[in-house]
Amino acid sequence: MPKIIPLIENETLKIWKKRRFFVIVLILLALIPIFTYAELKVAKNNAAKFKDWRNQVMQQITDFQNTLSSDRVPEEWKRSRRVAVQQLQYYLDHDVNPSAPNGVTFTRSFLDNAVSLFIPLLVLALGSDIVSGERTTGTIKMLLTRPVKRSKVLFSKLCALTMYVSLTVAVTVLLCYAIAGLFFGYSGWGMPVFTGFQVTGSVVDSSRAHAIPQWLYLMMQAGLTWYSAMIVALLAFMVSVLIRSTAASMMTMMAAVIAGTILSGMSSSWTSAKYLFAVNLKLTGYLDGSPPPIDGMSLPFSLTILAIWGICALVVSFGVFTKQDILN
Amino acid sequence: MENVLSVKRLHKKIRGKTIIHDVSFEVQAGEIFGFLGPNGSGKTTTIRMLVDLIKPTSGEVRICGYHVQKEPEKALRHVGCIVENPEVYSYLTGWENLDHFARMLDGVGVPRIQEVVRTVKLEERIHDKVRTYSLGMRQRLGIAQALLGKPKLLILDEPTNGLDPKGIKELREFVKMLSSEGLSVLISSHLLSEIQLLCDRVAIINGGRILTEGKVDDLVKQAKGYVIWQLDKTLQGREALQKDLNIEIIDADALRHGESLKAGMPDAIITSMQSAHIPETVERLVMQQIGVVSVYQAAPTLEELFLSMTEEEQLA
Repeated sequence: MPKIIPLIENETLKIWKKRRFFVIVLILLALIPIFTYAELKVAKNNAAKFKDWRNQVMQQITDFQNTLSSDRVPEEWKRSRRVAVQQLQYYLDHDVNPSAPNGVTFTRSFLDNAVSLFIPLLVLALGSDIVSGERTTGTIKMLLTRPVKRSKVLFSKLCALTMYVSLTVAVTVLLCYAIAGLFFGYSGWGMPVFTGFQVTGSVVDSSRAHAIPQWLYLMMQAGLTWYSAMIVALLAFMVSVLIRSTAASMMTMMAAVIAGTILSGMSSSWTSAKYLFAVNLKLTGYLDGSPPPIDGMSLPFSLTILAIWGICALVVSFGVFTKQDILN
Repeated sequence: MENVLSVKRLHKKIRGKTIIHDVSFEVQAGEIFGFLGPNGSGKTTTIRMLVDLIKPTSGEVRICGYHVQKEPEKALRHVGCIVENPEVYSYLTGWENLDHFARMLDGVGVPRIQEVVRTVKLEERIHDKVRTYSLGMRQRLGIAQALLGKPKLLILDEPTNGLDPKGIKELREFVKMLSSEGLSVLISSHLLSEIQLLCDRVAIINGGRILTEGKVDDLVKQAKGYVIWQLDKTLQGREALQKDLNIEIIDADALRHGESLKAGMPDAIITSMQSAHIPETVERLVMQQIGVVSVYQAAPTLEELFLSMTEEEQLA
């Protein structure tokens, strides 16, 4: 009976040779400079308008307050604006610039925006065809007629997928920092960032807010991003076992992820939506104290819900894969 | 003799429909065993059950004594197989493919890979991407993969599908060579001629049932061949042939492949007769001033074999 390491080597090699990861890096290399450029324009604009960042933050607060008094702004938006105003005020009171332009801050805000849609899509590119791809090409017949347990074959695929997901998150952070650093400088690791805001409704409780160095904040963000990326990967893994066609399995997962993004944007009064995995993906939001998409959600809640989804996906994947008849 | 493969009372039900009924057969060490049946007869489903791709509803498969469903890892170590097409990773090179499958076996290293590459004569192209390979080369790579673990049984499902005549001939010689080295080979096909040229014994399957099992030559003798006559005076000729009690004239329309037997010879007369009787019949026709343009003996096809078999079944 062969050991598990050579099997993982096989799966890793196959994903590498399919150039999936290569494509992901290319996408990142194309997208990050675009965002960096946009960010640079904003920073230049602000620098021209405001001599001091404090004026800029005060202006932002006034803008938000103006929208709060308008009747035409929907209540959901107002809620997040109210929260933002209180947080900006907190930064102002403690004399900390929340958006000092540097490589680390850019990476931080990029991750914030990427965690619920962009990173999951990259992960889908890796995971969607991991089993269905072998069925589409028929190579699954070769793979499963070797003297290796089916569960071992699947486990080796899971290990390879985990590695590539981790690598994707790491490469995203590194490329962001490397590219944004070119424009904004590579400093900012020690800059204080406030975390620990408690948001209930539209009231921010900052009694437990505290400053942590930005490098630590970034590490926490990367960890949470990895966690939600892994859950998406596990679900894609399951779908890839269940659906024979790669295109169909990719579409199913994309639809689920995008639906989740839309649902959380609607900040719906449909509260049971909070048990859907896709609504819980934006874990990094809990760090900076942005209001959760649905009331009653918290970091432990989201982590638990995602874990349950992930475990179910694993159980289904292994249960089906080890038993199913390979008919095509 | 030792049984490398033994299949006992195999049944498979898919969505309430039984598609394999009570299939049993055995393959002995060193023999080439043919698994013959038309498309959709259950050949591939049976083969998939042999290599644990499909779980049988009931019955058992043993390879070298190991129960495939209960100890698949032990049983599959002794099998190399190609199910349907030789499917290999097209984005890898031939060598990378073999390396990949070698990692799934214990104790198969670079020397063994080099050995199988030489055996299937792929040395020159082995480091090229598989997507640049021809079907014949893929077939050979598939066989190389199957041979990696020094199996005792090689299963090839319709190996000649899509190969050109040269490729088929090469494959035939190759399989014979492997068998002479002591490997048992199970080959499925829908072409009787293919099986006839290669196999020692054959099982014929149709509609998910084994119709018969036995020596190829014995089975072929059971099937009647046809003798096709082309005469310059068709009508008189037909009469003359009809008078002979040893000759049975067959209506081409009644035969499913009558069209192809008569291809290019619209006036041809299809008969069923002993081949030993041909020379005197020719002589007699010539005496009656009927010119013999051609006499052609059509080898029995799978179809005739089936017909004679189902006839026997109906009688029994």
